Amino acid sequence: MAAAILFENVSRRFGTVRAVDNVSFEIADGEFFSMLGPSGSGKTTCLRLIAGFEEPGAGRLLIHGIDTAGVPPYERDVNTVFQDYALFPHMSVLDNVAYGLMVRKVPAAERHARADEMLDLVKLSGLGGRRPSALSGGQRQRVALARALINRPRVLLLDEPLGALDLKLREQMQVELKALQRKLGITFVYVTHDQQEALGMSDRLAVFNEGKIEQIGAPQDIYERPATAFVADFVGNSNLIGRAAAQRLAGLAGPLSVRPEKINFAADYSDVAPPVKAAGTVLEVQYLGATTRYEVELEAGAIVFMVRQNVTTGRAIGPRVGDRIELAWDPGAMLQVSGDDRG
Amino acid sequence: MTAASPATGSGVAGLRRGISTLLYRHSTLFLLLLLAPPLTWLGIVYLGSLLALLLQSFFYIDEFTGQVVREFSLRTYVELLTGAANLDIILRTVTMAATVTVAAAAIGFPIAYYMARYATGRTKALFYLGVMLPLWSSYLVRVYAWKLLLAREGVISWAFDKAYLGWFLDAVLALPVIGGSSLSVSYIGMFLVFTYIWLPFMILPIQAALERVPPSLIEASGDLGARPNETFRRVILPLALPGVVAGSIFTFSLTLGDYIIPYVIGTSRFFIGQAVYIHQGTAGNVPLAAAFSVVPIVIIGIYLAIARRLGAFDAL
Amino acid sequence: MRSKGIRAPWTLKLAALAGLAFLHVPMAAIILYAFTTETKSYQFPPPGLTLHWFAVAWERQDIWDALALSARVGTVATAIALVLGTLAAAAMQRSRFFGRETVTLLIILPIALPGIVTGIALRAAINLIDLPFSFWTIVIGHATFCVVVVYNNVLARLRRTSGSLIEASMDLGADGVQTFRYVVLPNIATALLAGGMLAFALSFDEVIVTTFTAGQQTTLPIWMLTELVRPRQRPVTNVVAVFVIAVTFVPILVAYYLTRGTETVSGSGK
Repeated sequence: MAAAILFENVSRRFGTVRAVDNVSFEIADGEFFSMLGPSGSGKTTCLRLIAGFEEPGAGRLLIHGIDTAGVPPYERDVNTVFQDYALFPHMSVLDNVAYGLMVRKVPAAERHARADEMLDLVKLSGLGGRRPSALSGGQRQRVALARALINRPRVLLLDEPLGALDLKLREQMQVELKALQRKLGITFVYVTHDQQEALGMSDRLAVFNEGKIEQIGAPQDIYERPATAFVADFVGNSNLIGRAAAQRLAGLAGPLSVRPEKINFAADYSDVAPPVKAAGTVLEVQYLGATTRYEVELEAGAIVFMVRQNVTTGRAIGPRVGDRIELAWDPGAMLQVSGDDRG
Repeated sequence: MTAASPATGSGVAGLRRGISTLLYRHSTLFLLLLLAPPLTWLGIVYLGSLLALLLQSFFYIDEFTGQVVREFSLRTYVELLTGAANLDIILRTVTMAATVTVAAAAIGFPIAYYMARYATGRTKALFYLGVMLPLWSSYLVRVYAWKLLLAREGVISWAFDKAYLGWFLDAVLALPVIGGSSLSVSYIGMFLVFTYIWLPFMILPIQAALERVPPSLIEASGDLGARPNETFRRVILPLALPGVVAGSIFTFSLTLGDYIIPYVIGTSRFFIGQAVYIHQGTAGNVPLAAAFSVVPIVIIGIYLAIARRLGAFDAL
Repeated sequence: MRSKGIRAPWTLKLAALAGLAFLHVPMAAIILYAFTTETKSYQFPPPGLTLHWFAVAWERQDIWDALALSARVGTVATAIALVLGTLAAAAMQRSRFFGRETVTLLIILPIALPGIVTGIALRAAINLIDLPFSFWTIVIGHATFCVVVVYNNVLARLRRTSGSLIEASMDLGADGVQTFRYVVLPNIATALLAGGMLAFALSFDEVIVTTFTAGQQTTLPIWMLTELVRPRQRPVTNVVAVFVIAVTFVPILVAYYLTRGTETVSGSGK
C-alpha cells in the first residue's frame, strides 16, 4: 500500500531563500505525524505543499501514490485546519462547517444534517446558528476542525492549530485531538514549534531546521537518541559536553549530549551499570516547585545543568552554591551527536 | 484525484472548473487577465490623452490664419516662457499654492493631532465625519458658499461691522496687491477659499501618520525625561512629517491646477488653470493651453520627487 | 497613538474645534440663503425667510434636465469604475510583480494630477481623433477618475480580509469561481457599495473635467457654474446648492457606516 504522503527530493525556494531544501520522507497511512521546528524551518511550507497552496520547485510530492503536480487544492483529498482558523466571517457556524459539502452541491438537508453531526463530534452541539465572531478562541478552533473534517479527507493537515489557545485549553485539546485521530483512523499531519505537543501526540515526528529534516522518528527515538546537536538542543534540554571534556570524563570522542534529568548526585546513583563520575562546583541553585535545577561547573571543563525531583516534603537540604559535589550518570545516557562543538 | 469532487464534471460546471484550474496553475495569466481591463482603460484613455496633450503642446498657431499647425515645433514653449505675462501667471499660481499649503498645514495639524491623540468614541467619529463630509461633498457648492460669505454685503462684512471692526476690514482691503474692492474680488478671499476647500486633504494624511505613532513611544520619551514640548518636537513632529508632506502634495497640486476658484472669486489677474481654460476655449490657442498645463505637471513632478525622498508615500 | 485618560490642552482643543467650525460654517450659510427673500444681492442677515424658491426651482425644466444628465453619467461611470477598480484591486492584492509601483501610479494619477490637466488632456485627445462630444465623452472622463475610489476601498477591504479565507475555501473543494462567489464577494460587498457610492458622489459633483468633455451639454455642476458666473435667479441657485449638499451627503454617510469597523473575525485576534 502506498504511503499517505511521499516527498521525493522536494525543494521550494522563495526568491533566494530555500524554504524547503531537497527533502525526502514519507508519512504512513493512518499515522499521527508531526513536523517540528523553529519558525522559518520549512515545516509550514511542507504543509502548504501537501495542501496545494504551493508547488514544489523541484522533486515530486505524492499523495496516496498519485503525483500532485498541477493538482489544485480543491482537487486534493486533504483538508486543512488553519493557524488563524480562517472561518468565514459572513457565515454561521453551521454554514462554515457545511461549506465543503455546499460547493460539492450536496442538498441542503443532507449537508446540514452532516454538519450537525460534525458539530456533535467536536462537542459544539447547538452552536450552529452563531457567527464565528460570537465564539471563544477554543470554540473557533473546534469549528475549524469540524469544517476540515466534513469532506471526510484521508489526510488532515493542522497548522499550529493550538498556538493561539492558553495553556490549560491547549493541553486538553491535545488529548482530544489524539483521541479523535484514533477514532477516525485518518492521517494527521501536524505542524508545531512546541516540542511537548509534538512528543505527546505523535506516532512519529520530523525535526526541521533551515529547510532540511534533521531527524525523523518516534518521540522516544528523537528524545533519547537525538541524531544532531540541533535536535538534542531543540527537543527537550540537553547538556552538550565538548570534545576535550568528553575525552577526559569518559574517554569518548565528543561532542556528547546528556539530558539534565539523567544526571544524579553520586550518592544517589542506583543504576546497575558502573557510572561515569565527575566532580564539580555548584554555580547556581534554582528552586522550581516540582523540581530543583542545579548548574555545576565540572572540573573536566564543562558546565552542566541537572534537574532533581523534589520528592520529599519539607525543606530538603541539598547542595548550595559553592559546594563541591560529585555527579554520576549512566554511560548509556551519553549520546554522541554530530554538529558544532560548543563545549 | 478525489472521489468526492466532480473534477471531471460535465457541462458548465466542468468548464468552470477547467478554467479555474487553468488560471490557478498559471497565476501570471490570471494576473494579466485581472490587470488587462483597468490597464487598457487607463493606458488608452488616460495616458493616451496625456500624450495627446503633450503632442498638442508641440503644435503651434499660425499667426496669419489663426489655425493650429500640426507640425512639431518648440515655438509654443518659447512663447510660453518668454511672455512676461505668462511667467507672472506661473509665479502667482505657485506663490498662492505654497501659501495655501502652509496655511492648511497650520490649521489642519491641530485637528489631526486632536483626532489622533485625544478624541475617542463618538468625538472621534464626529471629527472624522466632520472632515470627510466637506472632502467628499460638492466642491462647487462649497465655493459658492464662500461667495455668499465674502460678498460686500455678506456674512463676514456684517460680522466685522457688528464687532465694530469694520475699519479693520477696510484697512486690510486697502492693502496693495492682496486687497481689493471687496473680499470676494481679492487675493485674501481667494486664499481663504483655497485653504477652506483643500483643508481636509491636509488633515487626513496627518491624522493617518499620527495614528501610527504607538503611544508607548510618547510614554517612553516622557519616561526618559523629555518634557511634553520636547516630546512633541523631537518625537511626534518628525513622525508626523511624512503625513504633512503627503497632505501638502494634495493642497499644492490641487491649488496649482484649479481654475474655478480664481474664476468665481478673485481678481481679473489669471492663474494657470484659468490661462489653460481661456487659451483652449475663447482664445482657441489649444497648443498654448497644452503647454501651459505641462507647467503644473512638471512642478508637481519635482514636488513628488522631493516628497518621495521624505517618505511621504507611506502616509498616503 | 491614543493617550488614554490624558486630557488635551485647552488651546489644542480650541484650535481643533475652530478648524472644524471653519469647515462647516459655510455650509450652514448656504442652507440659510436658500430661504432668503432677497433676490438681488447676498445680503446678510436675510431680510426675510420664504419657501418660495423651492417651488420655483421645482418648476424649472433646465434644472431637471441637468439633474437627469448628471444622474445618468454618474450611474454609468460608477458601473465602469466598479468593474475596473475591483479588478485592479484584486490584481494588486494578489501579487508582487515587476512594475507594480507603476500600475499604482497610473491608477492614482487621474486624481493626483490637477483636474484641469485631466480635463484638457481628454479634450486634446477628443480633438485629435475628432470625436463628437456626447454623453459618452463625459462618462469616459468620469469613469477614469472614479476608478481610484473603488480601487482604494476594495483594496483596503481585501487587505483586512485574511488571505487564508481564500485558501480555506479552495482547500474545502471550491474552485476559483465558487471561492469568488461564496467567499470573496460577500466579504467585499460593503466595500463595493461604499466605493460605488463615493464614486457616484464624485461624478455627480465633478465640474472641472466635465467642462472639457461635455461640449454643449449641461450637467448639474455645469448649470451651477454658469449661474455662479452669470447669476440669473440667485435664490434658485441657492436651492439647487442645498439639494446637491443633501444628495452628496447621503452616499458619504452610508459609505462611512459601511466601511467603519469592519475588521474580520476569521482569526483568533493574535
